[in-house]
Order: sequence, then structure tokens, then C-alpha cells
Amino acid sequence: MITLTVNQQTQTFDADGDMPLLWALRDILKLSGTKYGCGQGLCGACTVHLDGAPIRSCSIPLSAVAGKSITTIEGLSDDGSHPVQQAWKEINVPQCGYCQPGQMMSAAALLAYNAMPNDDDIDNAMSGNICRCGTYPRIKQAIKNAAKSGQEQ
Amino acid sequence: MSEQKRNDVSLLNRRQFLQASGVAGSGLLLGAPLLQAKPSAVPMDVLSGAKSNSEDFLRLNLFVELALDGTVRIVCHRSEMGQGIRTGLPQVLADEMGADWNKVQVIQGQANREYGSQNTDGSRSVRDFYLPMRKMGAAAREMLRQAAAKKWAVDAGQINVANHQLSDGKNTATFAEMATLAAQQSLPNLDSLKLKAKKDFNYIGKPIDGIDMPAFIQGKAEFGVDVELPDMVHASIERSPVLGGKLLSLDDKEALAVPGVIRVEKIQGRPLPAAFNAIEGVAVIASNTWAAQQGRKKLKLKWDLGANQTHGSEGYNKTLAASHDIEEGSLKLFEQGNVQKAFKTAEHIVEANYFVPYLAHASMEPPAATAIFKDGHCEVWACSQTPQSAQRQVAGSLGIKPENVTVHVTYLGGGFGRKSKPDFVAEAALLAKQIGKPVKVIWSREDDIRHDYLHAVCDTQLKAALDKNGKITAWQGSAALPSIGSTFGPADSMAGWELDQGFTDFPFEVANVELHRRKINAHMRIGWLRSVINIPMAFANGSLMGELAAAAKIDAKAFWLQSIGEDRSIKPRLSSYSNYGKNIAEYPNDTARAKAVIEKACANAGWNDPREAGVGFGLSYHYSFLAHVAVVAKVVMDGKSPKILSLHCVADAGQVVNPDRVKSQLEGAMIFGTSIAMYSEITTKDGVVEQGNFDGYRLARMSECPDIHIDIIEADDAPRGVGEPGVPPVAPAITNAIADAGGPRIRRLPVAKTLPV
Repeated sequence: MITLTVNQQTQTFDADGDMPLLWALRDILKLSGTKYGCGQGLCGACTVHLDGAPIRSCSIPLSAVAGKSITTIEGLSDDGSHPVQQAWKEINVPQCGYCQPGQMMSAAALLAYNAMPNDDDIDNAMSGNICRCGTYPRIKQAIKNAAKSGQEQ
Repeated sequence: MSEQKRNDVSLLNRRQFLQASGVAGSGLLLGAPLLQAKPSAVPMDVLSGAKSNSEDFLRLNLFVELALDGTVRIVCHRSEMGQGIRTGLPQVLADEMGADWNKVQVIQGQANREYGSQNTDGSRSVRDFYLPMRKMGAAAREMLRQAAAKKWAVDAGQINVANHQLSDGKNTATFAEMATLAAQQSLPNLDSLKLKAKKDFNYIGKPIDGIDMPAFIQGKAEFGVDVELPDMVHASIERSPVLGGKLLSLDDKEALAVPGVIRVEKIQGRPLPAAFNAIEGVAVIASNTWAAQQGRKKLKLKWDLGANQTHGSEGYNKTLAASHDIEEGSLKLFEQGNVQKAFKTAEHIVEANYFVPYLAHASMEPPAATAIFKDGHCEVWACSQTPQSAQRQVAGSLGIKPENVTVHVTYLGGGFGRKSKPDFVAEAALLAKQIGKPVKVIWSREDDIRHDYLHAVCDTQLKAALDKNGKITAWQGSAALPSIGSTFGPADSMAGWELDQGFTDFPFEVANVELHRRKINAHMRIGWLRSVINIPMAFANGSLMGELAAAAKIDAKAFWLQSIGEDRSIKPRLSSYSNYGKNIAEYPNDTARAKAVIEKACANAGWNDPREAGVGFGLSYHYSFLAHVAVVAKVVMDGKSPKILSLHCVADAGQVVNPDRVKSQLEGAMIFGTSIAMYSEITTKDGVVEQGNFDGYRLARMSECPDIHIDIIEADDAPRGVGEPGVPPVAPAITNAIADAGGPRIRRLPVAKTLPV
């Protein structure tokens, strides 16, 4: 049995310890907001937070996260009110929307430890997340807007 | 959608099932009399929070339902893959109807021929359905108006409809108050409806926020990979590594021993052509995706790989280049004047081969479908760009009638043409029937890259002559590429319309022209990728223009403008010219508009301003999907490595429905084009794609994304394409800028093949 905390709820279930966290979230815990994109940590679609830090859930086995605390897009806020989510909505960042949970999780983690990132900081934090639709300019703008709204609060 | 509801839909009786899929409806195709107004018995798919209790909804026509509380439900019958169509088309309908956008819900239409084409590609959704959606909205508005006229005993002409309200100056009523009576009115004649004047538009032309944003930002949007059915199992499929391969033997002992693996099923392929058939393969069925993938690794399979196992890019690319000198089997598409004579008297001649490799779609969501088969009916949920062909493909694969197949369309995590091919939907349907359980098929990234319907590798040879005034006097072209036709016919088939995409319709007035297409055999599934053959043709034309201008020492912008020439509507060179399916009299290609986007892109980029040392400027223009797009790239060389500083894009796509979404589509096109220009290439060896994931198949990342500036020239004529036309001019603008910055002339994409990037 594996026990971990997901979005502040303790979850205990039976699974192979080698199973990547991604598939446990999606297939076992039915949290489908976290997306599969590559399976090798190359695209960032599966990004979640492990004790606050961004990780690629497709490349982390369950055995490595047992007992730890995971946050997924479903847990970023209850109602889409996280500053990153609001900034995303405000300027219509998503096109197809598929990579965006991973993008928002990467962005939220960046802002959590760097409240006012510059362009290079944003590039460094976000270049592991691929968007095939090409929403990068709006993602960058939304991160700046979210940072600004965080400063004002 | 909740599991409960999904289960309910699956358990519909036959009558309800037929009603749900629309085939039993009494309505005819759009443009003919509409469905009788009646309460709809079964809700259509609900994707974003629309109420599922359809008893409260009254159907006004095929696309519109009105609830007793005044909520308007509008069907979006086209697939949402990022182009914002679930906002755009309902926005058009709601405007004509006089509805309040805040009281509109959007319902995703299932596969249903009554809607007309649902094939969401070719940048067609708005240009084909702008007018029909206006008519549907106007028809609903007229029924409300007729209802009010009866109730108030006034002439319908006196009644104003706006903002979800009806008024004749004396009486007023809300849509809710008039709903029941409106649904009892007869359907107006669609051709006699009066449509709004442009000055009265409330929503058309306005940057309305995407209707799906709340779902997207919370991770609640249901994509193809996300569908869950009760008692569902998961499949991972090992397919023939080579096109046309057949399974010789299968040892599944070790696969079945993997915990979670339930069974192993063979998927029977069909003889070539590939069409949309499932590829021959072996599916490992398990209780979760991970177990299915692990089991698949333990399969021991032997294949007869067939004739295509000798296909390798290294040799094939040479074959393409050599084909320009082979007349046998080639087609002379067009000849005018005498190019040879013109070359003899030319002041400058440029001759070059321009090469674009195989490309993969690589949508972030791989192909995925979920199916259930019960009592001779199949119900599928898929991220399909074309639900009606998915319906036909599933029916054909299972040997049942299309009316016994229901296709639900999820959100698409990108499409770009890949999800127009429903082979993956057929796989899920076949497995569902074979195992008698709901099953979800998710392709891995490696499956996606290695079994794509590839964008054709293309070698284009162009030769052009200039006179001493810099006028183009001769243009000779030769195109060598495997055809999309090969996917549906013999390997050397040629789809006639392909070379209408930039090869035969270059916008320059040239007296002497000769155009050839070479006979090429295909060895891979050839598909269509965002912008299709315009990608290699815009690269060839735009690069040649850069080279000609440099040869004649003429400013590139001036050279483009003078080569496009006088204001006129361009006459197609070929009588068979497809004009993207539209009448050329209604959708002319006007050179004034071409020159206007070039002028504006150059002005925005500071083309005529004093230039910083080392900054190269590159210009290109391309007309595709009836839209004009110009791009100016600015590049600096860091040693041998080019860095793209910016892309300035200007587009004229006719009437624009949602300017913010048009802008975002063009932003995306600049980045899609940057990937093609700089990074992406698929190669084959022994019939197998050599790349498998984003390490080998490189796409632009945020740090590689230049500054992007988009400008739209607003026009009043009919809407033209938007999703695709931005892509083609990007690569030649970038490579022209590299040459201008002191880098080499790049004639082979991607740039990464030649320079460190």
C-alpha cells in the first residue's frame, strides 16, 4: 500500500511502487487535470508540486513520493482563484488548454519563491514546459501580471 | 460530465440512441428546412457546465435551444482544438439572435450529418459557417419575434429584439417569458431572413473571452485522454513498426504476467492504402495505463515488415532531389511562354533546391479514444477533428451501420491535422468489441511520433530570371514530394489540389512559367499538417525572392512589391485551381491586400528605419486559405548561431469574428513556424521513424521564442482562413533574415541541421 497526501487529503491505495505518480493521479485517484505529454520529463505537461517544488510526475515513481505532500492543478485553488489562474483567464492564455495545468503549476512554483521574476527567470523556470499551440508570449505576460497582482495584495 | 450521466447515455434505448445521434431527426441538411421545433428528448453532449436536464429546453432549430429560464443553448458542431471555435461560432449566432452572451451555454455536437461538415480542418470553420450560424441565430430571433407579435397582436416588424429582450415600444418581454410560444412558431425561410448590418453587431468583431477558460484554468476540461467510463480498462498498443507490416507471431506470456494486465488482443490491420484504418498491432489491456505500458514492453512479436522496410530518409531525400531531372511519370502542370528563351537573355538567374523534411504533428495531447460496444451499437469519445469520418471509420471497422455509432467529441489537446485521421478511434472501437468492455486507448508520445500521418518531405527546385530592371521574366518550378493521395490510393498517387497551395499560385506576374510535379512513391502514411503544402512552397518561394532581391541588389521589400505588381485580382494559372473550396469571384486574391500586409509588417518592424549593425531583416509573404500574411523577422548572429529577435506579422483574413482569438492564433502560428524553421525534423531508417519524443523531435520552447508582434488589417468582406495562414511565411522570413545578418543562405530546413541553434 502507498500513502501520500494529495491536495491536502491523505490517500492510501494499492499500487506498484514503480508506477509514476502521474498514472496514479490519473488512473487511480481520478485527478485527470494533470496531463500526460511525453513520459520522460521532457515537456512539463504533468507538472505538480512535491512539498511545494515543481516536479514532473511522469518521471517520479510512487515509491519516491510516499508520505509526501502533492499538489495538483485541482488543489491549486478550490475555485480557480489562485493569482496564476486568474492571470491566465484574464488574458486568455490557453488555446487548446492541454499543457496549461502543467504551465500553471510551473508558474505558481516560480512565483512562490520569486515574487518578481524577470524575463530570464521566467524563461528558466518555464522552458521545461512545451506548448505546441504557442502560448508562450501570453504565459510570460500572465506570470508578470500575477506577480504584479501579488505585490499589490 | 459525471460518470452517472455517461452511463445513462450508454444505456439509451435504440430510439433514444438514434435521436441522440441525430440520424432519426426529421430535419434536413443545413440550408434546407430545419428540425421541427420540439423539446429535445436527449441532451447533446455537455462539455462545460451546461445543465444536463434537457426537459427544460425547447429546441428552436438544429443549433439553438431555449430554456424556460431564458438560457440559450447553442450547439458548436466543430471541434475545439485551441482555435476558439466554441466561442467564435456561438458568438456569431448569439449576436444575430439578439441573445445576451452571459445567458449562453455552448453544447458540443456529436457526429451528425445534419450539421453539415464537421471536418474541422482547412481553416474552414468560420469561413464556411459564419453565414449559416447567422441564419440560425436570425431564425431563432424570428421565432421569438413571431411569438411576441401574436401575443401582443402587433406586426412582427415593429418588434425589436436585443439583449435577450423583445419590445415593440409598448410591451416588453424576456426570452424566458416568450420561450414556450416561440418554440411553437413555424420555422422561417432561411433565405428570406434579414441579417444584421455590420454597424449593429454586438459580438461579431469583439474580443469576447474564451468560453472554456474557467474549465481550462482549473484542469476541468475533459480531453480525449480524460474520459472515464464505469468498469473501463486501459489499452497500450504495439503497432507494426513499418507501414504495411504484418504480425507473424505473438508470445504474450510475460506480458500477461505483469500485475494489472488483463489480456492481450491482436488488432488486425488492413491492406494498404492506409486510409484511416487501424494499424496492425497488439494491444495490452490492463487495469491502468502504466500496467498496460509495462505489459507491452514484455510482448515478444515477430513481424513481416514488408516492402517499406527499405525506406530511409538518407536515400529518399536524394531520390527526391534527383527526380527533378526525370520526365517519365512526371506531370507538367503549367506552361506559358518559353522559360528557356527567357533564361538566355536574363540579367540574373537564381536556381536552387529548397528542402523541408518530414514533420510530425506532435499535439501535446496524443491521440486518444474511449469506446464501448453493446448490442450492436458502438459509442465512442474521442479528441477527433472529424467526428463524422470517425463515425464512418468505426462503422466500417466493426461492420455495422454508421447510424449505430455515436461519436462524442471531447476537447482536443491540439489537432493540427493529426486528429482528422480517426485510426485511433477505430482502435478503441475494435478493442471494445473484442473484449466486451469499455476501453480507453492512449497513444504514448513515441506512438504518436512514430506512427503519425507525416507532413510530406518536399524538395522544391525553383529557377527564376530577372531582367536588368529587376523584373521576373521566367519562373520554372519542380516539386518532388510524396502525396497525401498515397494515403488513400497507390503509393505514387498525386492529389491534384496539393500544389494549388503556393506552387502554382505564386502571386507574381511572370511572362514565362513552367511547373512540374515529379512522380514520387510514398512509404509512410502521408497526412496534412497545419498549412499543409503551403509550408514547403512558402519556404521555396519566399527564399527564392530573398535570393533574387540579393542578386539584383534591390531592397527585399521593394522587390516583393514590384514583383506582385499592379493592383489586380490574381487569375489562377490552372483552370482546376481549387481556391480552398471557395468561388474565386466571391473570394478574390487581390494584390492590393497583399501589398498592404507587406507594407504594414515592414512599417511595424521599422524596415526603413536606421538599422543596428548586425541585425538582419527578413521578409516573406504568403497567401493561403484565402488570407494574406506577411512576416518580418529580425535576427542576429552569435558566432555561427542565429538568434531570432522578433517576428512582426500582419494578416488580412477578411471579416474577423473574435480579434483576440485571431491574434492568439497568429501568435501560435509564429511559434509553430519557428519550430519548423529552426528545430523540427523527422527522419526514417529501415522504414521506421528515428525520433520518438521531444528530445529527438525538437519544438520551440519559451526561451527560444522571439518577441512576437501581431497586427490585423480589418476588412469587411467574408471571413477567410485564420488557423493556418500564419505559419507558411515564418520560415522564409527567418532564413532571409539569417542571410541578411551575415549568416549563410539556408535552403534546407530545419536551420538546426546547418547551424548550432
